[in-house]
Amino acid sequence: MSGPSSYEPKTAIERWLDSRLPIVRFGADLMDFPTPKNLNYWWTFGGILAFCLGTQLVTGVILAMHYDPSGAGAFNSVQHIMRDVNYGWLIRYIHANGAAMFFLAVYIHIFRGIYYGSFKAPREVLWLIGAAIYVVMMATAFFGYVLVWGQMSFWAAKVITNLFGAIPVIGPSLATWIWGGFTVDAPTLNRFYSLHYLAPFVIAALVVLHIWALHVPGNNNPTGVNVKSKSDTLPFHPYYTVKDGFAVSVFMILFAVFVFYMPEAMGHVDNNIPANPLATPAHIVPEWYLLPYYAILRAVPDKLMGVMALAAAVVCIFALPWLDTSRVRSMRYRPQARLYFIIFVFDCLLLGLCGAHEPDEPFIRGLTGFQLLDGDITSYLWVSRIASLYYFAYFLLITPILGLRETPLPAPESISTPVLAHPAAAPAGAAAAPEKKG
Amino acid sequence: MLRKLLVPAGLLLIAGLFALASAPALAETTQAPLKSPSWSFSGPFGMYDQGQLQRGFKVYTEVCAQCHSLNLVAFHNLGDPGGPFFNPKYPNPNENPVVKAVAAAWPRQVPDIDSDTGDPIHRPATTADVPTPPFPNEPAARASNGGALPPDMSLLVAAREGGPDYVYSLVAYGYKPTPAGITSAPPGKYYNEIFPGDLSSTWSGKGDVPPGGFISMPPPLTNCKVTFDDGTPCTVDQEAKDVAAFLTWASDPHMDERKQTGLAVMIYLLIFTGLLYVSYRQIWRGVAH
Repeated sequence: MSGPSSYEPKTAIERWLDSRLPIVRFGADLMDFPTPKNLNYWWTFGGILAFCLGTQLVTGVILAMHYDPSGAGAFNSVQHIMRDVNYGWLIRYIHANGAAMFFLAVYIHIFRGIYYGSFKAPREVLWLIGAAIYVVMMATAFFGYVLVWGQMSFWAAKVITNLFGAIPVIGPSLATWIWGGFTVDAPTLNRFYSLHYLAPFVIAALVVLHIWALHVPGNNNPTGVNVKSKSDTLPFHPYYTVKDGFAVSVFMILFAVFVFYMPEAMGHVDNNIPANPLATPAHIVPEWYLLPYYAILRAVPDKLMGVMALAAAVVCIFALPWLDTSRVRSMRYRPQARLYFIIFVFDCLLLGLCGAHEPDEPFIRGLTGFQLLDGDITSYLWVSRIASLYYFAYFLLITPILGLRETPLPAPESISTPVLAHPAAAPAGAAAAPEKKG
Repeated sequence: MLRKLLVPAGLLLIAGLFALASAPALAETTQAPLKSPSWSFSGPFGMYDQGQLQRGFKVYTEVCAQCHSLNLVAFHNLGDPGGPFFNPKYPNPNENPVVKAVAAAWPRQVPDIDSDTGDPIHRPATTADVPTPPFPNEPAARASNGGALPPDMSLLVAAREGGPDYVYSLVAYGYKPTPAGITSAPPGKYYNEIFPGDLSSTWSGKGDVPPGGFISMPPPLTNCKVTFDDGTPCTVDQEAKDVAAFLTWASDPHMDERKQTGLAVMIYLLIFTGLLYVSYRQIWRGVAH
């Protein structure tokens, strides 16, 4: 960790332990960690995510005590939890809605990282670990969704595992290997259960690395300016424990609204029908947090190309530190970048909307345009294509080019320096050279 | 400070609402708009009406149970808190005399094995059993219903868009005479404007394709097919409403408990959050940030 340790063992036993396993020192240093004093509420989502992970682990371990991962028993054992296990309904609703809340928080956390340039040097590894956590989270959520073994579970497993079948040459054998048979069946459920129990601990290990990588350079902050002196920082405890604690508590209120008053709102009714390989649901849709990728997948007419676009969409997130050419971290001082970023956020929401609808549905009810290639120009198909195009353009064109061409506003000297009353009031000549990478 | 908080909180809410709005996918199948009676259990404080659940259970027993199983609801569940026969005098529902009587009087006995001889036998149901289903297996159910499978009713309300409104609307007023423009009505099926379907291929009439589709279930309810002991008028509308309420309970038996717990949790969290906010202001007082 950064800086010398200020921990002094007070008792004999603490001194004894400190020279053998300095675990108390480790904890004390974590609590003392110098944290920029200007972090806003967007920075509380790290703590909120830790809370989400803990909640999922605890409820998940309890659910596993009552769940039966067999093809014949899975669906009914979930109902056994809902009906017969003491407070089983509460534990399962927390776990099921907790997954969605986890993704809500992680998306805000990722968007915050993009907006304030938290991925830029020297935090690239921190960002890569975070992106890896996100990928493992998606896999975990998918495995978990399959465990219910309802209609949506089964057909989601079918659709997603079939994507691997699209890979040339090895695809079909790979799919068979994943299924443990010639289609999605009880063996698939068994292995997904095993992996669903494993993956959260992989996430927890990655989170440890993520926090470690955070504590080497320290937190970024809303100005994006490096910490210059001690007056820029505050000890993590009590300043940020109480601020994060407050934010977690507000988040819990939203969480509780879903758990107690609309627990099935984010689910799909078809998943209350037991899995049936012979009856395909009218519409197979993933959970809301995967809808943007589903839209990108379906925007491409060719299956293999669609899978590659889907993979590329994730790779873009990993590559972001090397795609962004601007040395100014915070978009507070990059008005043009901010504009493109806001469009990007809405673009992701729009992709989500596209993923929830059939490609040939009209985007606005009753509106028809003309046929372009394989779909009406006003259908969700074309909307999702345009939105996918912007998604990739944001990463591959706008972000690299803008960093070289834009004129950023002056950033403050340090976190503590009172900045000019309004950034727009700055003289134009004071702009930093954006193209030189630090 | 509070202003700074409003933006993330607002966005959180918008994101949540967006998630809700984008969740249900629209279907190509059509149905007439559902009717929504005022349910005692709607809203954050709504609870099941025990009298209605008892009437609904009677409708299930006398009508629905001829074809539909209820495999996830054991008799003792009927005596659980929030259930149709809950009685605070019997916290253990297995001792509840009404529940015991309902189980013993169930028209179909439970297939079992004689523990001494190993011979297959039928015995009266106990509170630990689920109602014996009307058909022993799926092929038997299909054979008796023109190839259609009557779905198990334990999760029926949770497994249909519209939930109780759907069940009520389907049986109370969904059945209509087959529209004149339908060229080929499938034999042994019934037009129902609530049952999701796509009639565009068989429609030759003027105007829009009628909503709904053909369902295998004949209209199940008639006036006073089920009579109610508490003097409630035995109209089709009432029977449909009551059975939809009962099936909502069957899908979500812990709803009363959930909402009651939720109220306590919300009050706790609001106070806790308020205290944390005060602590936050206290600790950060005097820090320029």
